[in-house]
Amino acid sequence: MTKILAILALMLIGSVYATDHQKGVIQEGPNLGQPATPEEVAALSINVFPDGRGLPEGSGSVTQGAKIYQSNCIACHGVGGLGGSAEPLAGAEMSLTSEWPEKTIGTLWPHATTLFDFTRRSMPMTAPGSLSNDETYALTAYLLYLNNIVAEDLVLNKETIMQVKMPNADGFINIYEQEKQKGK
Amino acid sequence: MRKTKSKMPVSLEPVAGNGLLDRRLFLQKGLTFTAFTAAAATAPAVIAEVADSSAKPTEIDPVRPPWMRQPGQPFSPYGVPSPHEDKVMRLPSMNSVLQGNGASWSPLHQLEGSITPNGLHYERHHNGVPQIDPKHHKLLIHGLVEKELFFSIDDLMRYPRHSQTCFVECGGNSNSSWNKNATRSPVGSIHGLVSCSNWAGIPLSTLFSEVGVKKNAKWLIAEGADAFAMNMSIPLEKAMDDAMLALYQNGERLRPENGYPMRLLVPGWEGVLNVKWVRRIELSDQPVMARNETSKYTELLPSGKSRIFTLEMDAKSVITSPVSSTFVPAPGLFQISGIAWSGRGKVKKVEVSADNGETWAEAALDGPIIPKAFTRFRMPWRWEGKPAYLKSRVTDETGYVQPERDELVAKRGRHGYFHYNAIMTLAVEDDGFVTHVYKAEEDDKDSGNLGIDADW
Repeated sequence: MTKILAILALMLIGSVYATDHQKGVIQEGPNLGQPATPEEVAALSINVFPDGRGLPEGSGSVTQGAKIYQSNCIACHGVGGLGGSAEPLAGAEMSLTSEWPEKTIGTLWPHATTLFDFTRRSMPMTAPGSLSNDETYALTAYLLYLNNIVAEDLVLNKETIMQVKMPNADGFINIYEQEKQKGK
Repeated sequence: MRKTKSKMPVSLEPVAGNGLLDRRLFLQKGLTFTAFTAAAATAPAVIAEVADSSAKPTEIDPVRPPWMRQPGQPFSPYGVPSPHEDKVMRLPSMNSVLQGNGASWSPLHQLEGSITPNGLHYERHHNGVPQIDPKHHKLLIHGLVEKELFFSIDDLMRYPRHSQTCFVECGGNSNSSWNKNATRSPVGSIHGLVSCSNWAGIPLSTLFSEVGVKKNAKWLIAEGADAFAMNMSIPLEKAMDDAMLALYQNGERLRPENGYPMRLLVPGWEGVLNVKWVRRIELSDQPVMARNETSKYTELLPSGKSRIFTLEMDAKSVITSPVSSTFVPAPGLFQISGIAWSGRGKVKKVEVSADNGETWAEAALDGPIIPKAFTRFRMPWRWEGKPAYLKSRVTDETGYVQPERDELVAKRGRHGYFHYNAIMTLAVEDDGFVTHVYKAEEDDKDSGNLGIDADW
């Protein structure tokens, strides 16, 4: 009888362990990770955060950006950021509350840093990773200008980009935080 | 434990309107249920064509068919489906210029059970499928950690693993249902940006314990090694709970289109967070606010505000059989079937209605019921040749109930694009023709659709 009870108890523990073994129990690995040097990490770190962390040195103007746009972006994104095979970047006439809302950098995007991060890592789609930091600053400046967010004489760099006020910066409701608060 | 002691036959009397029968009838002897066929039943004109082409039948000896008169094929190093099943395939739609930017729907209406075959798992790529040489691919974990470390694939293959069956669903799944008019397409091309697999890999918590996550780290930012170099932020809390670095899918190494040599698996959360081809994880005190978590994968509300960080996938169920634009062949006893899932945990029950939601009856569920995984449901139905409206509605273990479309649209408007999870309705006409509709009434034919599927 005691034996049977012991087996039953083991089975019970076993089944709990099987479903919940990750909750709170961290399994040790064989520790095979190889140290990365600060240089190696810096070369790979291309995340740019809304607080400016990750922004590189360099700069670019609206005028320079317009030229880069002509040669790298216009084929898919169209003249003035509108009308190509890719989605519109600018030129929204309908607001986000209209029957046909137009979601563009000017109407929707909350952070200018995202524009830098995304352009540098993903664009142009046919030659991603080909834009220099200067070119990325210039393109970002031009796209902000196309959306009437900055003036034509802007030179964008790691300081001036932090002064850009995006029109829809406050347009978001954080559902993850909301659910977490409810759960508490 | 409940014992099945009653030998009393279950009544064939309907348990809900329009011929829904008791689910226990599936266990009863002497009753024959017919499954709907998805392949043969098409528009009448096409059926006529099929009939014509079969007018000249090949002579096959039914007593000893040819495949019994000669040795079969030899062994194959890697099995493939029968050539007679070559119509079972993914349903792709992509950008007109950049063919690697788009999505490919899983043909849910052609599949059974609760596991998606690897070759039919849905795909969403932002700039194609990278052809990665695993010798030149490693994972860097850095940022708010004690030790910044690289992990090679060979090394990662030596770590203790864990396996888990769960669905992965694109945040944009079902988005054509925000359109004003219901598409007549089969369920796979409407709701097929979801699939379910058994995944195996290394719990992220194991790797995080090795690098030593600092106290002020709250988020991780994962980056893929595709041409898009896609980055996404994930709360650290979730990563420590049940996320994994997946290396295997349904027993074999990941396919290239599913992240080979490794991807993140974030059970129950939106597909885009399950970063494929992952090569870098940065621990941070804040999210990066990537393009795909700000201007995409957020839901614009009628107020003009957008929901952001809608990470969990809400419960959803869809009927996979019968299928829109096919026929119920003739009055009789049928098995309605479909799948249900919830990002919050287990499916608790699925109810089916045949009278447009007036009355509901509980469906039978195929076990075992696994949290954050597909659960197959089945419902016996007697079709009497009259118009019917079929719906399924899931309730998950948290008590969340799948909403009606009107309810969802009232709350969210129609311009959210992502996270559509409302109840699906199939209209069965008196001639047996099945159509995906929103309501029993005719749709508004004059209003345009949003052209949502083409928005890459």
